[in-house]
Amino acid sequence: MAAVSTGITLCIEEKQYPAERGHSAVTAIKGLDARIPPNEFCALFGPSGCGKSTLLNIIAGIDHSFSGSVRFDGDRAPRIGYVFQAPRLLPWRTVRQNLEVVLRRGADPAVVQVLLGDVGLAESADFYPSRLSGGMARRAALARAFAINPDLLLLDEPFVSLDVAAADRLRALLLHLVATRPATVLFVTHDAAEAVMLADRILLLSAAPGRVLDEMRIQIPREQRDQPLIGKLVAELARRGRGSSPT
Amino acid sequence: MARFSAAIAGRAISLLLFLAVWEAAARLIQNRLFPGAGAVLDTLFYEIVEGKLLHDLAATLLRVAIAFAAAMLAGTVIGIAMGLVRSVDVLFDSWIVLFLNLPALVIAVLLYVWLGLTEAAAITAVALSKLPAVVVTLREGTRALDRDLAGMARSFRLDAWRTLRHVILPQLLPYLLVAARSGLALIWKIVLVVELLGRPDGIGYEIQVFFQLFDIKRLIAYSLAFVAVVLTIEWCILLPLERGLLRWRQ
Repeated sequence: MAAVSTGITLCIEEKQYPAERGHSAVTAIKGLDARIPPNEFCALFGPSGCGKSTLLNIIAGIDHSFSGSVRFDGDRAPRIGYVFQAPRLLPWRTVRQNLEVVLRRGADPAVVQVLLGDVGLAESADFYPSRLSGGMARRAALARAFAINPDLLLLDEPFVSLDVAAADRLRALLLHLVATRPATVLFVTHDAAEAVMLADRILLLSAAPGRVLDEMRIQIPREQRDQPLIGKLVAELARRGRGSSPT
Repeated sequence: MARFSAAIAGRAISLLLFLAVWEAAARLIQNRLFPGAGAVLDTLFYEIVEGKLLHDLAATLLRVAIAFAAAMLAGTVIGIAMGLVRSVDVLFDSWIVLFLNLPALVIAVLLYVWLGLTEAAAITAVALSKLPAVVVTLREGTRALDRDLAGMARSFRLDAWRTLRHVILPQLLPYLLVAARSGLALIWKIVLVVELLGRPDGIGYEIQVFFQLFDIKRLIAYSLAFVAVVLTIEWCILLPLERGLLRWRQ
């Protein structure tokens, strides 16, 4: 069964974390509206603590305590592949088993071997995650998200705390996977260069409480985005961020 | 492997030394109430072949097995419930504290009084003495469950069975093993007291008989047989099980 990419309509009125143990209540998101069309690679770009991860958790259905709505196109619930900031692999299952655990009932188990090959982990399939390097664990988490043949892919700063070369390789790998297995992608990052390298469109989020300040569409195909262009786009992104924030 | 055999050899030497010291002390003292290692081992073999040692051992082991299983099962369910649901925790916490501090002897005496000198009373007393420790351990394990992995399971829409089997149980396993081992150590001691108080067979009952007859040779022989069984279960079942289940940590 081929994945049917899904569009999303977001209408988050308010998301609050209740006060507890000496911390007062925090409003993470307020009045965030956005429409992400099917097959778009959309980057959510904003300062730390602007509710980006919270937003992904809301979309993923992990967090239900908010007011507003998340609507997916189509009749059935979308299959969502989630790549978290930390890999969140099950330490007591091998790399292969980590992928097998999330497979849907009736899915072809051969997909696991193919994906492990694609992310370069075929040799390490029977390792426990404790034996993987940081980059390998990220690749395993990426493969797991694709194992369910997702309609929607959520990525929460998946390449932070990797060295530059490893992060670049993983970005290329992500683009390759998305090109061969189309899905709508929501990519959270606070790295401007990363955002302009990967995205079709960038949504600029404000500092908490998060809302959409502005958006930047990048028409130029990814393979033509060279260093000078990326520099120019980063500057443009920074300018827009300043222009629309009150400070 | 070489280190392993060296460790075995070390233990064997240590054991032989113990038997030698014991035998030498007995020959020096020359008292009927302090039999030597040789005499006790003779009695042990005689009791295994001719006497009712095996019958008593089996009776004790059966009680241990049933009480252990019941306490682990009930303790795990209650512990997980207390760890997950705040109101259940508030409701039962004081009970657990009370039972943790109630001596096993008191529980045994009360149950014998209320239920008569029955098998059910004996097994319940043993199980109840172990139960609170299991509850406390599993409650702690449940509270320590990883929220990030729970979020992962939910976002990938894992069903309840897969979540339990692949995400939750592996996290509780170390706690279950701790509860099992410490619980068994406790049960071995309590079961003898319970048998001594109100059962017509079992190692605990026989020890009481030998005490009244001042039959020290048999008393020590029965104790040794019991210790041997306890250690066998510990080394041949619990330890390998633990190693196999926690292999991913190495």
